Amino acid sequence: MTTLFARPESMSERITHYCPGCTHGVIHRLVGEAIDELGIADRSVGIAPVGCSVLIYNYYNIDFQEAPHGRAPALATGAKRARPDLIVFTYQGDGDLASIGTNEIIHAANRGEKITTVFVNNAIYGMTGGQMAPTSMPGQVTTTSPRGRDPALAGFPMRMCEMLSTLRTPAYIVRGSVHTPQLAVQTKQAIRRAFELQMEKRCFTFVEVLSTCPTNWGMTPTKSLRWLQDNMLPYYPLGVFKDPDQQERGDGQVPTPWRDSDAK
Amino acid sequence: MAKKLMKGNEAIGEAAIQAGCRNYFAYPITPQSEVAEYLSRRMPEVLGNFVQAESELGAANMVFGAAATGELVFTTSSSPGISLMAEAISYIAGAQLPAVFVNIVRGGPGLGGILPAQSDYFQATKGGGHGDYRLLVLAPATVQEAVDLMMLSFQLANKYRNPVMILGDGMIGQMMEPVEFDPPPPMHGLPPKDTWATTGAKGRKRNIAHSLFLDPEALENNNHVLAAKYEQWQKDEIRYATYNLDNNPKLLVVAYGTMARICSTAIDELKQQGVEVGLFRPISLYPFPSAAICECARKIGKVISIEMSMGQMVEDVQAAVGHDIHVDFFGRAGGIVPSPDEVVQALKARLQA
Repeated sequence: MTTLFARPESMSERITHYCPGCTHGVIHRLVGEAIDELGIADRSVGIAPVGCSVLIYNYYNIDFQEAPHGRAPALATGAKRARPDLIVFTYQGDGDLASIGTNEIIHAANRGEKITTVFVNNAIYGMTGGQMAPTSMPGQVTTTSPRGRDPALAGFPMRMCEMLSTLRTPAYIVRGSVHTPQLAVQTKQAIRRAFELQMEKRCFTFVEVLSTCPTNWGMTPTKSLRWLQDNMLPYYPLGVFKDPDQQERGDGQVPTPWRDSDAK
Repeated sequence: MAKKLMKGNEAIGEAAIQAGCRNYFAYPITPQSEVAEYLSRRMPEVLGNFVQAESELGAANMVFGAAATGELVFTTSSSPGISLMAEAISYIAGAQLPAVFVNIVRGGPGLGGILPAQSDYFQATKGGGHGDYRLLVLAPATVQEAVDLMMLSFQLANKYRNPVMILGDGMIGQMMEPVEFDPPPPMHGLPPKDTWATTGAKGRKRNIAHSLFLDPEALENNNHVLAAKYEQWQKDEIRYATYNLDNNPKLLVVAYGTMARICSTAIDELKQQGVEVGLFRPISLYPFPSAAICECARKIGKVISIEMSMGQMVEDVQAAVGHDIHVDFFGRAGGIVPSPDEVVQALKARLQA
């Protein structure tokens, strides 16, 4: 009998604590598959954020460090510099990376740390109960923007791929999504390429993944996927913003759309 | 090794290298930026890591990441920078990781000043960051002692898997003195790292460096594990020096670091005037040498704590001697270092009281 689908070996047999319909589970799996395919589980060190995915280390069979809120890129810097032979990655949400940890991620990227960051953007604070995030959409109702996010008071959502792409330092910067199976496959390829570039000691690597939060968005899982498509995609375009091999791709502000060759 | 004339800050950097540390992450702040300047040159020579971080938050969390891999690591800063590092220090203590923090103290609160002070005693010995944790705090009085304690600190940090703080003042950092680098204390015989260091889960169970315990009983258990270490320090890690205690002194001075040196000069001066004063100099500020201070104080009867602060260690001295002996206090703050004459006057006033 041929096994067509199994749990990645790098992942543990634990049921996740995530809410029904949350896409963290899918993104965890993509990371696990990429680690398996590259055979790097026994030399990987993950850095957990603060937020919904703080317990990410329960779901993998690999070493992890648990960072203070927003500081994962600093821990990753310390770990990678001290042990360059390790594959070091951070997994961070939008409150962690785009709010309290903006300084750490910008400077880790600017130093060109040879680490990988998986940035999960669901436009809201999940763990603390649905407060406005730096990435919340204009008009989005949250527990701290009960009348909808007002850009006149709270500014516009921060686009981290675009912001990091303005840095001169070479990097691999991609935005993907997992709201369709095809995009999930493309996003997995991007995560895999990010790890490969780290293994080659090439550059800082950053994969943003658009994600849903049905619980705090107050929607069913299926409606959440549609809401992401209709509201987040126009503002957060998918594609490759920066690639160390292909300098012509992307001016850092408008991504080059996915090509078939990206998902081989 | 021959003696070398070195500035305190540079000697601290070299001591770390001699102790085998190859990881240093820091952010510039007066009066200790020379450590970073020195190590930015020196670390590459020994194939070590120097990273100028984006902030003290960044630096301290880089220390966290490197410490969690089991490699020797340290950082240096001064008072306002240490406040920012307090976040990571609490996490490192909670996750039980070895790391060394050096605070070359300047006057505060707030931005304060840039001149030498001892006003971070509370911060260093009572917490600084959140939660039930302690640092092992060592206070050098000379550049040579700063070197020796730096080397010792890596051993202690690894022995107890706990952050160690070297509490110097701006004088220790800025002063030039002859120093000698003895071989560092041995690192063998320390607890194995493969049960906790995150180095890739190859042929072993995964290791998680974490301070989150959502189950209250698990968290309380971690608190007990930490408390047991601190209890052990009370037995094994008390360090102090004394001066002129054998000549039947009429007054006991308790002072540490640079202030203790000035006090010993004042004591010599008083001796010439026929007045005997003894000095007790805590080297470990935590664990605090309470029992030894109590014993000396009870023999002498009169006690004064002298500090470059508005009076912080005095509370521990008072607690140590008991409330039937009032512990007097003299201090200068703001970055002012009292002269020996000023101390002589303060001691005379106390003797006549």
